[in-house]
Amino acid sequence: MYQWNFSWLWDNYDFLFSGLMVTILLSAAVVVAGLILGTVNALGTISRHKFFRIISISMIEVSRCTPVLVALIWIYYALPILIGVEISALTASFIALTLYGASFYAEIIRGGIQGVDPGQYEAGEAIGLMHGDILRRIILPQAIRKMLPSLVNQSVINLKNTSLVSVLAIPDLLYQGKLIALETFRPLEVYTVVALFYFALLFPLTMLVRHLESRNSVKH
Amino acid sequence: MIRIDAIQKQFGDLVVLRDVNLKIEKGEVVALIGPSGSGKSTLLRCLNVLVPPDAGRIEIGNTRMVFGESRLQLKPKELAEFRRHTGMVFQHFNLFPHMTVLQNVMEGPVTAKKMNKQEAQELAMAQLEKVGMSIKANDYPSSLSGGQKQRIAIARALAMEPQVILFDEATSALDPELVGEVLSVMKELAAEGMTMIVVTHEMSFAREVANRVVFMRDGVVVEDGPAKQVIDHPKDERTKAFLSHFHANEH
Ligand SMILES: Nc1ncnc2c1ncn2[C@@H]1O[C@H](COP(=O)(O)OP(=O)(O)O)[C@@H](O)[C@H]1O
Ligand SMILES: [Mg+2]
Repeated sequence: MYQWNFSWLWDNYDFLFSGLMVTILLSAAVVVAGLILGTVNALGTISRHKFFRIISISMIEVSRCTPVLVALIWIYYALPILIGVEISALTASFIALTLYGASFYAEIIRGGIQGVDPGQYEAGEAIGLMHGDILRRIILPQAIRKMLPSLVNQSVINLKNTSLVSVLAIPDLLYQGKLIALETFRPLEVYTVVALFYFALLFPLTMLVRHLESRNSVKH
Repeated sequence: MIRIDAIQKQFGDLVVLRDVNLKIEKGEVVALIGPSGSGKSTLLRCLNVLVPPDAGRIEIGNTRMVFGESRLQLKPKELAEFRRHTGMVFQHFNLFPHMTVLQNVMEGPVTAKKMNKQEAQELAMAQLEKVGMSIKANDYPSSLSGGQKQRIAIARALAMEPQVILFDEATSALDPELVGEVLSVMKELAAEGMTMIVVTHEMSFAREVANRVVFMRDGVVVEDGPAKQVIDHPKDERTKAFLSHFHANEH
């Protein structure tokens, strides 16, 4: 019978906690930047100008058809050769994760906008509103309610994807765990605690998705 | 007051409006009738430039728009401004579900016309009063009946203080018992001298309330005359055929 031993935790708590903070901050940055880029690209795909459509669709398709790990490594090791500028591991991670997340956000947002009854747009036009006002005041508020569960769901995936940055030696939760495991020879306990930390972060979010979904189904 | 000159519109190869000419005086109520697919909705949408015509001219009050060669020059801002002179009431109401009744009616004055909130609210309440919906000002549209929604949609159009209101089959989506309340609001507006163009299948309403009936088919105006005359004694064979078919369906 395996003897569980968690005494290492008291010595390495700070270390693990700093990894947790890196994971949380990186996730938050990726979610915020991804939502902004995703919204811009969603509007791009439905733009009346072909130029914007092509740019946005290309960006979305390239990002979502590349595995995040491949994108991480490519941006960190290959891109600098192309542009002649060193990129820090953190910057490379941020770019790769944001592009990847944004491509999925963009598709969710586009679907949400196009899911709003076209009569709503016309009604806005009919009272003399301009395109931007119609989007901002009439289409987006209705679309956001519908797409919120999917956006939170995608954010859960984005948060999980941050665990990949440990391959670039970024001291996130998983990477710190790995170091502790090597030092203490207690991989079972350490990785179990790491997994529990991720669960504690993500479970409230998936509960939120359930809540939002049930609220939407009551409303309509 | 309203002049429509040589309006043409096609979608791809389908010619929907061939050459439509109409002149409508201030305070006139014009019923626009015709078989489904004859271009009635498209004509209303052209008047409101929701769909810009391919060619022709539209004049409403002192504003005029010329389509055709200069079509490329139509600026979004000018289009939006032009639309503020015409109110539109849709078959499916198209109220904004995320706004209260009052916010629905205030939206145009506040966002399009930049009226201050206080003033817009007074204006909106007055319009809601007029359609008998002021008690529902703080409710959301989802809690209301179709007839109530359509009356609010009329108030929303009125709040822009338009020179003309266009009704596109405003009662077609309603349960029969709710048609009356909407027609009676429209009747009151007509009596107050509002200029109205009404696409309708309610022949008795057209006969009773409209000054004029315009019969369209295949993208042209076939017959245009005083309401009772066109409905009771149509001159054109096509109008006769349409109306007889209509009476046959009614009974
Ligand atoms: N946006 C559009 N694109 C393509 N065809 C259209 C469009 N709008 C209307 N049409 C076509 O134009 C014709 C006239 O439609 P409409 O003006 O709605 O007629 P009505 O209101 O008299 O029934 C129909 O054949 C319809 O299918
Ligand atoms: Mg129609």
